[in-house]
Amino acid sequence: MSVEVKSVERPKRNFWEQTYIPEIIKGLGVTLGHFFGVVARPKKNIFTVSYPDVKRDYPDRFRGKHRLMLREDGQVRCVACMCCSTVCPANCIHITAAEHDDPNIEKYPEVFVIDHLRCIVCGLCVEACPCDAIRMDTGTHCEPFTDRNKAFLDRDLLMQLGAHSAAEQGGRYSA
Amino acid sequence: MEALIDIALIPILKVVVVVFGFAMAIGTVLTWVERKQSAFIQRRVGPNRANLGPITAFGLLHLVADGIKMILKEDIIPDGSNKVLHMMAPALGLLPVMIIFAIVPFMDFYCHGTNVVIDGMDYCFAEGGIGAGVVRLDELANPLYNPRLGHYFQIADLQAGLLYMFAVTGVSVYGAAIAGWASNSKFSLMGGLRASAQMISYEISMGLSLAGLLMIYATIDVNDIVREQGDLLFGFLPAWGIFMQPVAFVLFLTASIAESKRAPFDMPEAESELVAGYFTEYSSMKFAVFSLGEFVAVVFIAAITATLFLGGWHVPWLYADGFHFGFDAWTGGAATTTAEAVSAYAAANPPDLALPYPLVVFLRIGAFITKTILLCFLQLQLRWTLPRFRYDQVMHLGWKVLLPISLLNLVVTAFFVLI
Repeated sequence: MSVEVKSVERPKRNFWEQTYIPEIIKGLGVTLGHFFGVVARPKKNIFTVSYPDVKRDYPDRFRGKHRLMLREDGQVRCVACMCCSTVCPANCIHITAAEHDDPNIEKYPEVFVIDHLRCIVCGLCVEACPCDAIRMDTGTHCEPFTDRNKAFLDRDLLMQLGAHSAAEQGGRYSA
Repeated sequence: MEALIDIALIPILKVVVVVFGFAMAIGTVLTWVERKQSAFIQRRVGPNRANLGPITAFGLLHLVADGIKMILKEDIIPDGSNKVLHMMAPALGLLPVMIIFAIVPFMDFYCHGTNVVIDGMDYCFAEGGIGAGVVRLDELANPLYNPRLGHYFQIADLQAGLLYMFAVTGVSVYGAAIAGWASNSKFSLMGGLRASAQMISYEISMGLSLAGLLMIYATIDVNDIVREQGDLLFGFLPAWGIFMQPVAFVLFLTASIAESKRAPFDMPEAESELVAGYFTEYSSMKFAVFSLGEFVAVVFIAAITATLFLGGWHVPWLYADGFHFGFDAWTGGAATTTAEAVSAYAAANPPDLALPYPLVVFLRIGAFITKTILLCFLQLQLRWTLPRFRYDQVMHLGWKVLLPISLLNLVVTAFFVLI
């Protein structure tokens, strides 16, 4: 059996391409075009967003910093069912449940801490929540921090970001 | 007192203005220009964060910030290095590119007298007009014989200007070679060796590419070369080096960019191969001195290319008394002539647009600086346009392409000069 050889024809360069000079001038034309394009109309031709000064609009479903939603009386909606901390792939939600005084409400989270050093911003906690208690729709990032303790967002802080939710407790949705 | 001013004060002033006010200043600004220019070519913003309150000056304050940062950095001398040579190398790298500015001519000799333009050359007569009798034209343009050609816009008016240039560029590689050797690092050593090899390869074609120019202008005094370029070719085209020797222009620019160790010929530094090449082991101001030296070399290459190939301080068609668009042929003899013939010629060829002499001086200095800055810009643009060469390609280009072409150019030029 003989080996089949397929010979590929190499691209031929003509004399002027071999001297490089016209090609270099063409290349200079390209880079100069970009350069003067930016000098003449920087707004149009620079695509960089100077991030902390200028912020790009995020899409509606952007997953940002968490918040805990509130009931009509301002209490936390969370019933400490542990759905979110169970589904969390990064194990970053820590909840300690406690008995609620109101007999209509079974439990509430005494401690609710999200470890933002571990959070991978996957949004599964929001999917899992039966009470519309946790959301990621703040549209902001977790700020950079130099102190590790600042990375642990506790219940009160998350509730400050929260707002009243119109959802009916337990999952059914009423307008 | 006047002698003291002439021999001490004015030269020192020239050194300060040219080296620190021109070369170093442009070199420093080029570090910013390079970053901003590359950013614009790649459609980025470039440096813009350094500020004094609301003032950012298009990122120019980064120069100050970089300087302060460099001074505050720790100066590291690696173990096992040769400490004395390690200290000396940055100075040896920067010094040649600074002293080389001694021969850069910013303007012709200032004429304390009457200017007469004969067929594209400026001649200077004594105050009170041209007078009568026999005059020697070659002496009127030569400061050795003509006391009216007083101050020159050049640090040192060397008769052997170009030889000095070659001597100093030859020495300039010592900084890189010694830095590479003294650092006790394999990367540095490779960088230093490459710098030496590249220097030797390109110095030859650089010299040979200029040889053709020297044959045409028959002088190695840079100011004389510029003066010769004021002539008109075919009655309208300025006789600039680039029109007389287009091949030599390309060869010289290529070889001198290769000499300045910048991309696309950045073999001695070779970020992608050798970390930072010969200055890998340098930090703090020593590092800054190396990179500043590189940018000052860019300025020098621009200045000398403008001098030799782009007519130096000549503004096209501008002569000492104004714009001339064409001359009558000069029939009065090459060296000796009579004053009457000169007066008659001057009367028959008045400037098409007369300008006062101080304005001409100003325009000429401005033209030279503009040409230099444009060529600096071109070098940076080339650096961001072309991909890097491989090491063997650099050697191939130097020895097998540029050298034969420059020899051929020399032979062809010699042939044309002969006939």
